[in-house]
Parts: sequence; C-alpha cells; structure tokens
Amino acid sequence: MKNKYKEDFGIFDNNTIVYLDSGATTQKPRCVLDAMKMFYEKENANPYRAAYGLSVRATECYNTAREKVAKFIGAKNSCEIIFTKNATEALNLLAYSYGLDNLKKEDEVVISIMEHHSNLVPWQKVTKEKKAKLSYLYINDNYEISENEIENKITAKTKIVSILSVSNVLGTAVNLEKIIKKAHSVGAVVIVDASQSVAHQKLDVSRLDADFLVFSGHKMYGPLGIGVLYGKQDLLEKMSPFIMGGDMIEFVHEQETSFATLPNKFEAGTQNVGGAVGLSSAISYLEKIGFSKIEKVEKELLSYAVKKLSALSFIELYCPKEIEKMASVVSFNIKGVHPHDVASLLDLKGVCLRAGNHCAQPLMRFLDIDSTCRISFGIYNTKEDADALVDALKEIYQKFEKYIKDEK
Amino acid sequence: MNGFDDIYNELIMEHSMNSFNKKSLQSPTGCQLGHNPNCGDEIELQVKIRNGVVEDAAFTGHGCAISQSSTSIMIDTLRGKKVEQAKKIVEIFIKMIKREKISSAEKKLLGDSVAFENIKDMPARVKCALLSWHTMEELLERK
Repeated sequence: MKNKYKEDFGIFDNNTIVYLDSGATTQKPRCVLDAMKMFYEKENANPYRAAYGLSVRATECYNTAREKVAKFIGAKNSCEIIFTKNATEALNLLAYSYGLDNLKKEDEVVISIMEHHSNLVPWQKVTKEKKAKLSYLYINDNYEISENEIENKITAKTKIVSILSVSNVLGTAVNLEKIIKKAHSVGAVVIVDASQSVAHQKLDVSRLDADFLVFSGHKMYGPLGIGVLYGKQDLLEKMSPFIMGGDMIEFVHEQETSFATLPNKFEAGTQNVGGAVGLSSAISYLEKIGFSKIEKVEKELLSYAVKKLSALSFIELYCPKEIEKMASVVSFNIKGVHPHDVASLLDLKGVCLRAGNHCAQPLMRFLDIDSTCRISFGIYNTKEDADALVDALKEIYQKFEKYIKDEK
Repeated sequence: MNGFDDIYNELIMEHSMNSFNKKSLQSPTGCQLGHNPNCGDEIELQVKIRNGVVEDAAFTGHGCAISQSSTSIMIDTLRGKKVEQAKKIVEIFIKMIKREKISSAEKKLLGDSVAFENIKDMPARVKCALLSWHTMEELLERK
C-alpha cells in the first residue's frame, strides 16, 4: 500500500526506517520546515519590541499563528491562546497560576491513574502545599474509566479535574464529555491534556466546553519547543501570571508592577515566533488532509495492528477490547522478554518504538508491570509498517524462546 | 538477525535468564540499591567482604537482559578478588563500555565480562550494562 503522505516528510527520503513513535514526537513535513526557514530568512526580528517594519512583521507572524490555533481548536477569541514551550509548561502554568490561587484546604484535584507525569507531579506539589487532596480516577479491567468511577470520584469537594484525552500508554480514549459534564455539575473546572489526540482527532473546545486545554506542537507535526494553553477568557483574566519578565507587564515601578492583558500576561520574555510559525504550518497541513481522512486512515491501521498483534500467542496486549475506545497508541510485551531488549533488537531491524514506563510510573505500578513496548502511529504509517513490526517480533521471540523455556 | 548475536550472545542470554547469582546472601557485609529511573531497572546488590577480599556477591531485582546479565557476570568476575583488584576491574570495565582505550593486559583482567564489549555499539543500552558496575563501585568505595 502506497502512502502518499510519506513523501511530504524529508526524513523518509532514501530511508527505510519504520517509525512507530509518533506519540513521543511526530516527524516534520517539509512545509513546516520551509515555513520556519522562510520566517527566519525574511521576517525574523524580536516581536513586540521595535518600531521598525521587520519587528512589526515578526509580531504579525506570531499573532497570525495564534489566530490559526484559535480557529483550529474552536476557541472564541485568539487571546485565549497562550503559547508555551510544550504541554508540560502549560500544565505547570495551570497548577501554579490557577491551582495555587484557587485551592483551599481539603479541596480535591481529580486526575486519572493514566496521567503522564507532567499532569501528575505538578498537582502533587500544589495539593501538598495547599493541604488539598489529589484523588485518582482508576481504570477497570478493560483499561477504561467506568461511569461509576466518574460519578463517585468527582464530588462537591472537587475543584479541578485534569484529565488526558488519550492515554499515551494504553491508547484508551477518555469519555471527556461525561467527565466535563459531571465536573461542571459540581462547580469544578476541567483541564484537558490533549497531547495524544491533537494530531488524530478534531478538537472543538467550545463544543466540548473544556475550561482549559493543553497540547504540544511537536506531537502534531510541528516543531519542538512550542506548545499551547487554551483557557476560557474569564478564567485566564482572573489568574495571576506564571513567569515574570519582559512583555508581560503594563507598568513596572521599583516595588510594584501591573500586568499586561491577555495573552501577553502569560508570555514573558522573547517568544518562539519561529516555532509558532511552524506550528501554524503544521495546522494547515493537518487541515489540508482533513481530520475525517486522518481518523479513517489511522483507525484502519490501528485496527489492523491490534489484530495482527493479538494473533501472536507470545504477545501480551494492554488495551481496551473494543477498537472504538482507542486511538493511535498500543502497548504490549513479549512474555518473558524485557521491553528494552525488544526495542534494541527492533532497532537493529530499523523499527523505532518506545520501551519503558512512558512517564507514567503510577500507572505501571497500578497495572503491576515494570514497563511496556509502545507503538504509536502518524499519518505516514502503513500496514507494511505493522507487518515489519510483527515479523521482527516473531524473529526476536524465536531468539529468546529457548532461554525463556529454560527458566520454567 | 544481523547484530543480534554480537550483543545477545550465548553467555549473556544464559546469565540474563538463569542466573545462579540471583539470590540473597546469608550474611552480607554491604548492600546497595541501583536504580535507573529512565527505564525502571532496579537491582539490589549484596557483597560479603572479609579480610580485604570479595568473598561473595549476589543480586535481586528486575531489568532487561543486558542489566541482569551484566550484574551476574560481574559477580562471577569479581568473586574471590581482593578489594583493590576488584576496584581496578570495575574501572577497566567502565572504561571499555565508555569507548576509552584499554590495554590487552587490562582486557584479560575482565574475564567473561569482556562479553559486553559490543554494547558500546548500542549507545542506548550503555546505561543498562553499567548499572550494576556503578553500584558495585559505590559498595567498594565504602569500605
């Protein structure tokens, strides 16, 4: 099967690499690299700072990218889009600026056991400091959060629910509508970590009614070092700034400072305009293909890969039984073989996947495993990639088989 | 599979899956935890040192084939060696894995541990091979 999108990515030129780690970071299409090159060659200057034309143009590039992101996720106003370094920084901003100001003793922050450390460690820090409680939505045997769990854990004490859209380990797609509805019914705000879904499913923050939403540009074909925080305007306006410095101020006196309005209040220091331009181009790329197409291609591939992996008796899968409950990520192990050995040996066959705890140690402990192998797809992947993986896994198992048997 | 046997050779596979050294010692004189937070490998290394000699060592814990076998083969290599000699062997092993030059006399001192020579060609796995050796280094320094 020929994949016409693969040609858009320079990394695959004369390179037979099977890249199955888009959940960690996607490859970058040429249009993104070209847009960034163009910016640095034609429009680069420090934005906001100077009166000369070039600086004005750099500022325009930055804010055009902001408008593009706003439209892409269905935000009402582009001032609701704050550029950050990545999703991690955006989550830290929320934990500190929203969490510290709004949490009181005995309040609860609810997250899920599937969270990436970036949506877990900041909440530990903030809840400890405020003597609040960090509470978890656990998953059932089908690797999903049950409706009961949502009903029981989100209570009148809950002030913040911070939840991923898709698990970066299990591929489970979370029922965001249900969680948001329940959270709002008890007066809590909801933060959505959309890092693992932003490149795969259409986002609409207005329809979803998410209060905040974060993602990284580099997981959606954009460059490294640019991320997004979306927040409802009234909430962002009430929040204190996170990082202090240039551009985020109004008046600075020796002992007092007043702050700029949105979005500048949350963007201290010279910003990553080149990154924003690249992200904007990545959005154009995704929109040109269209999410209906992306979802169709990726779902088919996911379903094919899961089917092929389930047919191998030596493979243990960690995913929901129903493919409709998953998106773009699959975790598995070869029984009796450590994932790092599997990953190193796959590397010898030109197959790149991730092995380890995937920045989700509490989830690993909950599942009572040390680590997994994880594949994650992008628009450039094909069924041949899945076949190459399965063939290599068979070969690896053959090598290990006699030693595994010796152990018994 | 090309490259497989260079790294995952018979000796390494045997030690990783069926190690005689994976157990607890009766009365260890030293004990040290080694942990690799990136991959979650965890070993607890025990030694019994008497009269300046590493009389015995053993380990428990979990990890990949490289870290498990490296630990087990290290124990075989160091068992019965004087502490000063053991320290020297640890130093040579670390040098070898870090692609520094070692002499043929030094290489001889490594015994079976030389089986890990090719790990230097798999940079992502160097930390797995070194985990127990760094842990042993700390144990020996403590005496």
